[in-house]
Amino acid sequence: MSTPATAAKKKVPFDYSGYLRAGKLPHIWCPGCGHGIVLKSLLRAIDVSGFTKDQLCMVSGIGCSSRTPGYVDFKTLHTLHGRAFSYATGVKLANPELKVIVASGDGDALAIGGNHFIHTCRRNIDMTILVYTNYIYGMTGGQYSPTTPQGAMATTSRYGNIEPVFDTCELAKASGATFVARGTSYHCQELEKILLAAIKHKGTSVVEIIDQCPTYYGRQNKLRSATEMMEIFEKNGTVSVKQADRLPPEKVEGKLLRGILYQVERPEYCEEYDKLIEKVRGQ
Amino acid sequence: MVEPAKALADIRIDENLCKGCSICADFCPTNVLEMRGSVVAVKDLEACTKCQLCDLRCPDFAIQVY
Amino acid sequence: MAEKKKKLLQGNEACAEGALYAGCRFYAGYPITPSTEVAEMLSVRLPKVGGKFIQMEDEIASIAAAIGGSIAGLKSLTATSGPGFSLKQEGIGFACMAEIPCVIVNVMRGGPSTGFPTGPSQSDVMQAKWGTHGDHPAVTLTPSTVQEILSETVRAFNLAERYRTPVAVLYDEIVGHMREPVVIPDPGELEVVDREGPTCSPEEYLPYDDRYDVPPFAPFKGEYRFHITGLNHKTDGFPTNDPAIIDWGNRKIVDKIEKNRESICENEAVYLDDASIGVFSYGSIGRSARYAVNEVRERGVKAGLLRPLTIWPFPDGAVSEMAENVKAIIVPEMNLGQMIHEVKRVVHGRCEVVGINRVDGEPIHPQQIIDIIERYS
Repeated sequence: MSTPATAAKKKVPFDYSGYLRAGKLPHIWCPGCGHGIVLKSLLRAIDVSGFTKDQLCMVSGIGCSSRTPGYVDFKTLHTLHGRAFSYATGVKLANPELKVIVASGDGDALAIGGNHFIHTCRRNIDMTILVYTNYIYGMTGGQYSPTTPQGAMATTSRYGNIEPVFDTCELAKASGATFVARGTSYHCQELEKILLAAIKHKGTSVVEIIDQCPTYYGRQNKLRSATEMMEIFEKNGTVSVKQADRLPPEKVEGKLLRGILYQVERPEYCEEYDKLIEKVRGQ
Repeated sequence: MVEPAKALADIRIDENLCKGCSICADFCPTNVLEMRGSVVAVKDLEACTKCQLCDLRCPDFAIQVY
Repeated sequence: MAEKKKKLLQGNEACAEGALYAGCRFYAGYPITPSTEVAEMLSVRLPKVGGKFIQMEDEIASIAAAIGGSIAGLKSLTATSGPGFSLKQEGIGFACMAEIPCVIVNVMRGGPSTGFPTGPSQSDVMQAKWGTHGDHPAVTLTPSTVQEILSETVRAFNLAERYRTPVAVLYDEIVGHMREPVVIPDPGELEVVDREGPTCSPEEYLPYDDRYDVPPFAPFKGEYRFHITGLNHKTDGFPTNDPAIIDWGNRKIVDKIEKNRESICENEAVYLDDASIGVFSYGSIGRSARYAVNEVRERGVKAGLLRPLTIWPFPDGAVSEMAENVKAIIVPEMNLGQMIHEVKRVVHGRCEVVGINRVDGEPIHPQQIIDIIERYS
């Protein structure tokens, strides 16, 4: 078995076609949207993870990122806005053999699906949750979301957003998720490693992916291209947890941390339920 | 001693999939790529180190380097 | 043969017994009066048969998890009452669109809003038909005794599995909390339908194969990999913008129920053969109606009762037949008049249609029905 990012080391391109459904490209995402970069990182991580296509189940709600399952050759379920975690909980509990991955946007996961998000984390059911944070509701045309920075423009915050933001990773950790990480679309090889660790983790793993929406966030906020947005992720916006340890606090202040931020072992929900069945039946 | 000639990269661009975002060209460490109209094209093949970053960051499955 | 042993059961317990009998192995729900006992009993019983019970964070999550459980191959149930039924509507629509079998029990209480949680009503019968947005199929059963709650819950699972659609069981707080002696059927005594799985290879499998009225359903296990979405979709499950396919998809989920209304609709007819006054009554009020009809018959008044066990699809045929022979049809309902509109639609002026309505959280007493029967006799 290869290690992550072998594609680059071996200097041969990774063959995505084995994991993509035939005839579905080009995908629906706008030029410069980072969702495709995330999808590719995910497929490379899955390739290394050892899970087969038959074992994988991808669930989503509504939004741009929620279209991801349509492209992957797994068991895929595209559900209702905000509710993906609950559908996924049903699927996983009914068939614990599946490896369940949920794709959600910041609005899907943290606004309309906020309650389901925190309770899924609390149960620590074995599931990998991807939160694509692009600071905006893309599919409906650029309204502010729970992650839109204060002062930022959106079609529903024309005078600058006055609402404070959620910190997705802190929320996941406080809610009980046992693996919490953050990556970006710019750091796509690092993201691949994070996603691999998340998939291999037993319990609820949450990965926030800082991602660009050039069409609706970029245009309204004087960020002229996907590149310009990704440069922010690279230079000023984020710092890896490893670097952060070595840097003086003023260099870390105001930046989002990247990498695996938190990982603990705690009993997993489906396993606990199986134990309960065993106990009850043994009585 | 003469180094054996380095094999040139084979950069395959799928013009049907490229949406012209220019991420690959902008982040190429050796400036191999450029935008021609709404799709990416190879400007300097010899400069390519086959690092694969263009492929890794292409959101559209439109470029691969062999 | 010795008479079968009867168990004293509450309506909600009978619902749980019926679900287990039907092979339900997944329950997701949220506590709500007056349905909570369904969840409480299944939380005890499901793990004993290797099934799964989960108390979700809210009503929306409960229908979502139940649908998810069904997709993964287990017969699934969620139970609720009015406010929860409102919250579940979007999920019910998803199950209609994606053609996922599941059963939703609604133990009706007074509404709107929080209303009267500990009192009965029949005010969700139209919501069961039109609650979720868009055109969609509706199959709704209305048991009126504790024994019937058991058997109709079994039938609800059978219909859900046979037609790949959500099925609602509506009863109210009266029968939900009433205790009556119930015969637990032996295995094999009642029909139990399991969903049809595909016989083709995974490569050939189409989750919405248009060669079938109800295509075989491959659960999310094993080698069948496919896509499910709440968007309008093609035979392969992937979204479409094609007007012809959107039209096909929207019609077929409704048509599969309409085509089979004869086998879905079940009614009880009491003295209808020679009746000159009809009563149309469902659920717990069907009991008052039966009492009333029996009572006036003893006095020689030719009253008859049509008691639908299936209110959706609406029993057009049975109501139409009754309208041919009676002077008036009385429709007692614990609401301000909901099913009466359907009765009037079918009767179409052939006889009088008279409502008796009560929304004070008290049942409609037989005497109220007797008084109206006598007025028209």
